[in-house]
Amino acid sequence: MTESERIAIRIRDLTRWFLIKGRPIHALAGIDLDVRAGEFLCIVGPSGCGKTTILRILAGLDRQTTGSIEVVAPRGSAGSDGQPLSSVVFQEQSIFPWMRVRDNVAFGLRARGISRAVRTRIAAEHIRQVGLSEFADAWPHQLSGGMKQRVAIARALANDPHILLMDEPFAALDEQTKLVLQDELLRIWERSRKTVLYVTHSLDEAILLADRVLVMSQRPGRILRILDMPFDRPRTIRRVRSDARYGPLFNEIWELLRHNVARQPLAAEVPA
Amino acid sequence: MSAASPVVLILAWELVTRLGYVDTRFFPAPSEILQTAQRLLTDGTLARQVGISVQRVVIGFVIGAVPAILIGLIMGLVPIVRAALRPLVNSTYPIPKSALLPLFLLLFGLGEESKWAIIAVGTFYLVLINTMTGVLNIDPIYFDVAKSVGASSFLKLSVIAFPGSLPLIFAGLKLGMGVSLIVLVYAESVGTTGGIGYLIWNSWEVFQVPRMYLGIMTTAVLGLLAASALESLERLLVPWKQR
Repeated sequence: MTESERIAIRIRDLTRWFLIKGRPIHALAGIDLDVRAGEFLCIVGPSGCGKTTILRILAGLDRQTTGSIEVVAPRGSAGSDGQPLSSVVFQEQSIFPWMRVRDNVAFGLRARGISRAVRTRIAAEHIRQVGLSEFADAWPHQLSGGMKQRVAIARALANDPHILLMDEPFAALDEQTKLVLQDELLRIWERSRKTVLYVTHSLDEAILLADRVLVMSQRPGRILRILDMPFDRPRTIRRVRSDARYGPLFNEIWELLRHNVARQPLAAEVPA
Repeated sequence: MSAASPVVLILAWELVTRLGYVDTRFFPAPSEILQTAQRLLTDGTLARQVGISVQRVVIGFVIGAVPAILIGLIMGLVPIVRAALRPLVNSTYPIPKSALLPLFLLLFGLGEESKWAIIAVGTFYLVLINTMTGVLNIDPIYFDVAKSVGASSFLKLSVIAFPGSLPLIFAGLKLGMGVSLIVLVYAESVGTTGGIGYLIWNSWEVFQVPRMYLGIMTTAVLGLLAASALESLERLLVPWKQR
């Protein structure tokens, strides 16, 4: 079995119910999914379809109601080197305001009990990768939104997890900053080729980044279709957007989602 | 501007006493209080009394604040501890601290311990409640980050809950310091022959009104100094907060 055929995440018949104000809410219904090692998989779907819930269960921040979900470490590596199964890049501002950039990036390593000297070295390397070396000693409030998300990405990667979970990491950024960071994420990812599960509501972002795009239905969330993205790597935004296959793919995904979004009551779609 | 308002007040006060609009037996002129201050400063009385009081406040404050921060952090972090202790805190907090002085005198005698105890209690609640609120106000995402990397409970407490709640801890410390001074002056009215409170109460007993005013003003100055000391400490320990 080659590394690319290895399964990195295995999800079987995953369901999740929530109790909200005493009412049971069916969030996820029977999700079955295999994510290959080294694959970049994007999940798109309507708001509230449970895509973030899948990520949170994988990260150990939430629990499924039934079914199984596991991160499969490569044979022989599990537990031996203390390499964590997953790291998360969150959608909101998640870097600690009371830590300098370097301490933020080193946080996961610190949690694992790695010595100060080693984690300083690893953190510096990842800060350099996201182009923030000059800001290693800065406080988060001195950084722009885009820089803060770079720190969040560096923090997740410094932890060297088997899989990387990203929950709409660029959703709060302005359009131009988002474009720059998407290109940068592609560049960084090409180098590490980690397994990535990336939740987004942007079809464009999903097509741009993913090897496969998983389209989910509205609540209770189930998988509608998984589509292969045919674009060569290394990718850039320009190349993907100007590719003749981009438009038809966008339309195909939108067709899948449109029916789902349209079925929702209007009140839920358009906030007053 | 912050210096102007007290200066104007003092000048106005001096003026009305000089012009004879008020009874100088009860409202001595600031210049007279200043003369008393000069006398008590030269003979060392003021420094000695201030020294005694400051020592009491510092010791009592630390005895109260340190456990308050620890318990407040744990109450903020652990729901079951919070559920268990909150009714206890809420029911004992409103007891006037002055009502406890007789009890502390009974328990600890007339010595320093009873003063430390009442100052500690006065500080404790304000710091505790503010610390707990500080932890509860930390954005849950930071705890998600910690959990996702498997951070230990100690790390959550020391690296997230504590620094994250520091701005509110300092709010509590500043309030607690104010209450410490209030309680101190009261505590020094009974069974002691030292401290600013003693100076005030004793002056009242022997009708040395300027000296009494001096004591009151010294308390105000101490409050001002303590607050600015805490603010300096806050700037040092919370450099990440935008001001």
